Amino acid sequence: MTSPIAGGVDCDLHPAVPHLTSLVPYMTDYWRDQVTTRGMADLISQSYPVNSPISSRPDWRPAQGKPGSAIADMQAQALDKFGTAYGICNPLYGVQMVFSEDMANAFCRALNDWLVKEWLDKDDRLRGSIVIPVQSIEKAVAEIERCAEDKRFVQVLMLVMGDIPLGKRYYWPIYAAAERLGLPIGIHAGSAYHNPPSSVGWGSYHIEDYVAQAQAFQTQLTSLIVEGVFARHPNLKMVMLESGFTWLAPFLWRLHKFWRGIRMETPWVDRAPLEIVRSNIRFSLQPVDAPPEPDTLNRLFDHMQSDELILFSTDYPHWQFDGDAVLPEGLSPDLVRKIMIDNPLATYSRLRVKETTP
Amino acid sequence: MARHVIAPVDELPPGSRKFLEIDGRPIAVFNVKGEFFGLLNRCPHQGAALCEGPLIGLATSSDPGEIEYTKLGEIIRCPWHGWEFDIRTGQSYCDPRRFRVRAYPVNVEPGTHLVKGPYVAETVRVAVESDYVVVEL
Repeated sequence: MTSPIAGGVDCDLHPAVPHLTSLVPYMTDYWRDQVTTRGMADLISQSYPVNSPISSRPDWRPAQGKPGSAIADMQAQALDKFGTAYGICNPLYGVQMVFSEDMANAFCRALNDWLVKEWLDKDDRLRGSIVIPVQSIEKAVAEIERCAEDKRFVQVLMLVMGDIPLGKRYYWPIYAAAERLGLPIGIHAGSAYHNPPSSVGWGSYHIEDYVAQAQAFQTQLTSLIVEGVFARHPNLKMVMLESGFTWLAPFLWRLHKFWRGIRMETPWVDRAPLEIVRSNIRFSLQPVDAPPEPDTLNRLFDHMQSDELILFSTDYPHWQFDGDAVLPEGLSPDLVRKIMIDNPLATYSRLRVKETTP
Repeated sequence: MARHVIAPVDELPPGSRKFLEIDGRPIAVFNVKGEFFGLLNRCPHQGAALCEGPLIGLATSSDPGEIEYTKLGEIIRCPWHGWEFDIRTGQSYCDPRRFRVRAYPVNVEPGTHLVKGPYVAETVRVAVESDYVVVEL
């Protein structure tokens, strides 16, 4: 087993909202009454059904309630367990599914304020991602600007499967705000379920949705690169969360090959796709979709031609590994240090600033 | 270096190209707006008949959505994989960052001053002498 080192940055933790009513204290009077009078109970998407094995490691599953809903569990099972210095909270709550931009805005504001009070204020190792109402660009930018005043928010969070490809210029005001405020955009597995979670239509089983996430990440990477997001925003970092990364090299072989032939369609792509990925894109460690042989994994790292792309993550409480085996076999001590400490600190500029609790 | 007279100028009006073989090597000669260019008719990528491709311009960009289109008719696009080559220098543009490096000096420099990409199509010197198109090879 490759041992983790103390002082790492866990870039993908999932605190769970116990129930929609948990957010009610953070809503305006109007939305509080809307939730209660409409009888709205919860916003659970099919990305992580509560009882699905992926949604929680068996030994992390609480006797009652949602996995990841108790901060004491996260502290004992993830933060203390792996000697984490900083843990970045990426709440996966179904606010992206809502079609009303006003309701989505109210819920996102409540979710972000809930994260501050119920998690960030209770453990100073924790940092947050700003969940945004992508249903409205103006409201999303406003929410980024509102939350960014708290330096414990280190990232903006979006789902890999939304309404339209992420490279489209519709989204660029979000990217401009993030770049300006020193916030990477975290793209997490999951769908707003406004489109089928695969490009070929609706499947029948949860495994189809989950496996298709990797294709969605590839499609989004292509979109982000060829639409020119990083030509316009060269300092913007994007982090692919729970994306897997073992597909990256063959994906880039294909993208690079066709970029050479039809470069003139997108002449703002003035660097090879691999170079853009190296400078602007990062990937969380878990899940590691590779056989457990060290040689295989290290060959994959060789193909990626960089040891700066991977950021440590447990994906707590999702079930990606057992026991203490959060790091795959065969990583050199140097690579462990890069993945756990150097790469996250280089990516999340706000972690390098001594925080001041507002 | 031998000199080969390949055609009277009248046979190669602007916009035309002529395919021929000299010492067993496939050559194409182009008349682009009155200027003559010769290229080896073989793509350095995978050997396609490069010179059968269309002559297009060069698209560059300083901001997404903004396209500057220059060198009209001076870029040959390989019919197999679409790679672009400058007909004047044989330089590949499939790595445009190198293009950007060489774009600062104005385009009249000889090819030897340019940073070379991974592939360079072989150019052939063409001259017009006494109303004949002459290839030096």
